[in-house]
Amino acid sequence: MRVIVLMKEVPDTYGERAIDLETGLLKRADAEPVLDEITERALEVALRHREAQPGTEVVLLSVGPEGSLPTTLRKGLAMGADRAVHVQDPALLGADLTLTAQVIAAAAKQIGFDLVIAGNVSTDGGGGALPSMLAELLGVAGLAALSSVQIDELTVAGQVNTDVERYEASADLPAVISITEALPDARFPNFKGIMAAKKKPFETLDLQALGLAPGEEEARSIVISAAARPARSAGRRIVDEGDAGQQIAEFLAKNQLIKGH
Amino acid sequence: MSSNSGNPILVLVDTSPEGQLRAGAGELLGAAASVGSAVALALAPAAQAERLSQELAELGATRVLVADSAAAGNAVIAPLVDALAAAYAQVQPEAVLAPNSIRGRDAAARFAARACLALAVDTVGIDRDAEGIIAHHSVYGGAYLVDSAATTGALVITLRQGSSDARATAQPAQLELLAVQSSGAPDAVITSREEAVIESSRPDLRGADIVVSGGRGLGSGENFSLVESLADALGGAIGASRAAVDAGYVPQTMQVGQTGVTVAPQLYIALGISGAIQHRAGMQTSKTIIAINKDPEAPIFDVADFGVVGDLFTVVPQLVEAIEGKRAN
Repeated sequence: MRVIVLMKEVPDTYGERAIDLETGLLKRADAEPVLDEITERALEVALRHREAQPGTEVVLLSVGPEGSLPTTLRKGLAMGADRAVHVQDPALLGADLTLTAQVIAAAAKQIGFDLVIAGNVSTDGGGGALPSMLAELLGVAGLAALSSVQIDELTVAGQVNTDVERYEASADLPAVISITEALPDARFPNFKGIMAAKKKPFETLDLQALGLAPGEEEARSIVISAAARPARSAGRRIVDEGDAGQQIAEFLAKNQLIKGH
Repeated sequence: MSSNSGNPILVLVDTSPEGQLRAGAGELLGAAASVGSAVALALAPAAQAERLSQELAELGATRVLVADSAAAGNAVIAPLVDALAAAYAQVQPEAVLAPNSIRGRDAAARFAARACLALAVDTVGIDRDAEGIIAHHSVYGGAYLVDSAATTGALVITLRQGSSDARATAQPAQLELLAVQSSGAPDAVITSREEAVIESSRPDLRGADIVVSGGRGLGSGENFSLVESLADALGGAIGASRAAVDAGYVPQTMQVGQTGVTVAPQLYIALGISGAIQHRAGMQTSKTIIAINKDPEAPIFDVADFGVVGDLFTVVPQLVEAIEGKRAN
């Protein structure tokens, strides 16, 4: 079985993240690039399946500019993935969800897969739409936001917890799934893994290699304006001297925040 | 055809398998009605169509399309995407609006991919400019406001739950049963299902006017009763930081922050929350923020309108008592 894991490089959420107000694009230089944690969890699901089913091949797939991404992606190889495919092309600068999904679908088809595993929502775009688009474009079943995953030779199943309901669902392979934070933390790469990662196959593809030529006339989502919200400033701060609770209540009352008062 | 068919906006509303409207339909129809004529679409048992059309018209739908869910069986998502495709062909809308729930997003994303339409997800509002529909996004925890639009064709939009206050005026009910051709697209099937148990009468975290959240500083799940007492005194919802969720104090569904729920209430009270950037990203656009923390260096104080350096185990009970006192007067 071949499992493709979608990996995304994002700005570290522990740092300040910035948008270029001219282009609406992420200012990559401003933030430490890291593998999105949720995609590491997706990889963990694939690696655990391979431990149970040793014939499994785990392939990392990522789309993004050259620069830091190959280094970032190598962490996934150090964690244990068998090989990596990096799609990069200058024409992908500012790619919207639709174009990104088309590119990933073309790459997944070229690689071949039984199962694609993605994180449910990235920490930067926060869209949570890409795995669904991918399933549709690939013409396979999809399961979004799984909180548990069972994989066998023919099917993938798991539990979905929404605000209003909880259900178990199952799909025949091939399929695309996305997983939530409820899945286990990813393992840390060990020294042996880091050394081995340097020798693992790392393939770089451009749009031509995928047989894609995005048309100007296709419908795309574009940024038409971007503005920084004024930063919040700290207000009043007191040290409790025995009456802080009363002071907060006064503050709430003055600002009409106590209903029925 | 409808007498009010100008600028139709197709709105996918979420229903239970029995055909009951889920929360959020009013918000979606309100947002749609602010830019055009809201046309509701529901996938539900045909027997429920008449009642649904009344309810949705009441919420502002000028037309209500109901696709019969009988043939959908236990399929997860394809019947909903097929219904969207059929409704889109019939209505020819300027935009398609769906809730940014797991199901709404799944259906909208698949429909956009199938119909080759531009997609805008997790938006916090929609608007119109000279060239058509635009979507508002709140990016990086609200640090940036970004507007997007489609280069051509209708824009498919998912609306963040609880992000829009606009409500539409009631319309006369106009029901149309929608015939849907199955695409036969491969799909997952639901093997068992249960409704989430609503355990409290507290407001839902998404869209609540007041949110009281607890963090690692609570020290245990039992101590979350302190958060509950303050939330109940104010009529607010309960949230938590990731640290409190990771420590097992409360379930993940209560997590506010980068990887949890994003809230923007009138009042946000952070109890024992240090205010890591991951948490601030989920609450920093709240109108008023109050923080209680024993660490004077906690970054939560940088965004708080009113900060108290102190022991929440003494401050909160006093605060609850003071609120009750003020209400009694």
